[in-house]
Amino acid sequence: MSDSGTGLYAAREPIFPRRVKGVFRNLKWVIMIVTLGIYYVTPWLRWDRGPNLPDQAVLVDLANRRFFFFMIEIWPDEFYFVAGLLIMAGLGLFLFTSALGRVWCGYACPQTVWTDLYILVERWIEGDRNARVRLWKARWDLRKWRLRLVKWFLWLLIGLATGGAWVFYFTDAPTLLHDLVAGTAHPVAYVTIAVMTLTTFVFGGFAREQICIYACPWPRIQSAMMDEDTLVVAYREWRGEPRGKLRKGELAEGQGDCIDCMACVNVCPMGIDIREGQQMECITCALCIDACDEVMDRIGKPRGLIDYMALKDEAAERAGEKPKNVWKHILRPRTILYTVLWSGVGIALIVALFIRSPIDVNVTPVRNPLYVTLSDGAIRNTYELRLRNKFADDRLFEISQTSDAPLQISLEGTDGTTVNVPADATRTQRVYIVAPKGSAAAVAKRTPVRLWIEDVKGGDRIHVDTIFNGKGQ
Amino acid sequence: MSRKPVKVKADPETTGHVWDGIQEFNNPLPRWWLWALYLTIIWGIGYVIAYPAWPLISGATPGLLGYSTRANVAKEIQRFEDANAPVEAKLVAADLPAIATDPELANFAKNAGGAVFRTRCAPCHGAGGAGARGYPNLLDNDWLWGGTMEDIHQTVSHGIRNTTDPDARYSQMPAFGEFLEPEEIDAVVNYVLAISGQDHDAGLAEAGAVVFADNCAACHGEDGTGDREQGAPNLTDAIWLYGGDPATLTETVTKARFGVMPAWAGRLSESDIRAVTAYVHGQGGGE
Repeated sequence: MSDSGTGLYAAREPIFPRRVKGVFRNLKWVIMIVTLGIYYVTPWLRWDRGPNLPDQAVLVDLANRRFFFFMIEIWPDEFYFVAGLLIMAGLGLFLFTSALGRVWCGYACPQTVWTDLYILVERWIEGDRNARVRLWKARWDLRKWRLRLVKWFLWLLIGLATGGAWVFYFTDAPTLLHDLVAGTAHPVAYVTIAVMTLTTFVFGGFAREQICIYACPWPRIQSAMMDEDTLVVAYREWRGEPRGKLRKGELAEGQGDCIDCMACVNVCPMGIDIREGQQMECITCALCIDACDEVMDRIGKPRGLIDYMALKDEAAERAGEKPKNVWKHILRPRTILYTVLWSGVGIALIVALFIRSPIDVNVTPVRNPLYVTLSDGAIRNTYELRLRNKFADDRLFEISQTSDAPLQISLEGTDGTTVNVPADATRTQRVYIVAPKGSAAAVAKRTPVRLWIEDVKGGDRIHVDTIFNGKGQ
Repeated sequence: MSRKPVKVKADPETTGHVWDGIQEFNNPLPRWWLWALYLTIIWGIGYVIAYPAWPLISGATPGLLGYSTRANVAKEIQRFEDANAPVEAKLVAADLPAIATDPELANFAKNAGGAVFRTRCAPCHGAGGAGARGYPNLLDNDWLWGGTMEDIHQTVSHGIRNTTDPDARYSQMPAFGEFLEPEEIDAVVNYVLAISGQDHDAGLAEAGAVVFADNCAACHGEDGTGDREQGAPNLTDAIWLYGGDPATLTETVTKARFGVMPAWAGRLSESDIRAVTAYVHGQGGGE
């Protein structure tokens, strides 16, 4: 249908990115090794938290509703940390996009990183661009089948490792690996691995740029963060045009620097021609910069025919002036605002992390009934306390109250005023406060009361202000 | 030499549609997108065959897989009942006072008993257990028939003054309007006001002491502190089931009271009865 001209649907044009060397390619290798390394290795890091807690450094413990990150443990009531991190991630993306364009897409997005890895395998098995084009056109003979099957097998292995690493974040990795191999792991683990393996295989092996162009919402959103100061990958058309082939190794009179060698097109993983200007498909992976620089070096022309540049400089450059310093583009109110917001949230989270108490309590005064009259005429109020012990060992919590009125406190089910809260757990406790007959608090409508919770061992002390309801006469 | 214009893709394809000079570029969707649409259609057909889909007059087409949300709920309930079976067996076998000291039993009884209470007991005793006029408050420290685990278990199992359970707790206060003169009733009411520490007529109360000793002390005790063996309330404390004011006391003495509670043995499982017993015991009044 693609050749009919007016078809509503078009088949995907296959893309065979050529190998390229250069600064940005090296940067991308480094980022690939670091990000994939972090992803695959993290679940295997150990972190000693004592006998009652898991020793996995990074663990999303959904069953027990805990999130462990090295020395930090997050309870569900502290989910604002996760929300804060997500806000920081969002602001960080805004900052980088407004400063450097689609730098996330080009370097760090899992879709890009895994596709890069899959293309590496593809090149390793089937050869570079020209060999791959030939193979694609070739009949399905034994050799083609062999190469394809080996490639797909390796892709599946990578996919399997991807899905496999994912599930290790949610339970103890060594145990799960043992169970997975023994066939005794939970079906959810197998299903998750299967789904992740398949999506990695399809997205990295076949869908590739289709995901960025048709499936991903982020490219459509990020144009809102870009302006004329944003660095984008662009072709210096005023320097390159009119393009033309070298004649006897020389540029013809009046010819631009572009020798139309198609290097920039051949290395592009998105299958576009950067010389046509800004395009929706471009993920600014900068491989065309590397490819063009290589050619410019060879024909003895300055680098940077294709380069990171801000559109604002275009007019100046056309007039033969020098572009502004990169930092003058990057440092502008918009990026400074994003940085300030990003750091603000970050500092708030760090402060919150250090001032949070390892003991916590929720107090719910029982309102049905507001008070109970005892046989001697005293007035009793009841409070439901939800005590949280975030220590890695059992703790005794001492519960007391302070008030202007003479009140007595007692606990359901025990004669003392301490409760044992197990390690890393929550316990509910009914607490009674009694005002003697005719005393101020018994007669008044409401009396403020402060409940104190003290960790007997560690000495941490927190309080909650609540109300004592009297007869209100 | 004039600069050549930037070379763009040889005239972009258009769909040929023109509106007021505005042309529409032809940006065809990828073909796999179309396949995805066809796939969802095939999936939809399969879904209609496999699952309940077409509404009929009563119910719907059942589907080949026999899927039913009702059956799923029943299965879920059964799963929880099976999971609870061991702890329920343990609860039934346990010594009543020991339930509170076993964390597993105490936790189960608190939650299961709370559910039973809110379903079965709350209509009379209130969702919070505070009772109402004629329906005892279960939170305070005053019990007609006793507030130990055994006492509460007996009351819940067999009820009070019902005609269906021969083991129901039973006692009956006579309607003294038939035996006493109005002046005597007035006197004894003032005596009760006196021993419960309320405003009263000292002269009448003195006369009432005699009436009380002759007619009431057998059940309520010579000092008026009641008798749990007979469910006779303590008349000296601050807690009144029907009210402690002179008018209500006069009515109570004249006509008597006859509160009834149903027996739950046979209607609730023993583990439910024990759970709700532990729940009530843990609400602040348990002895």
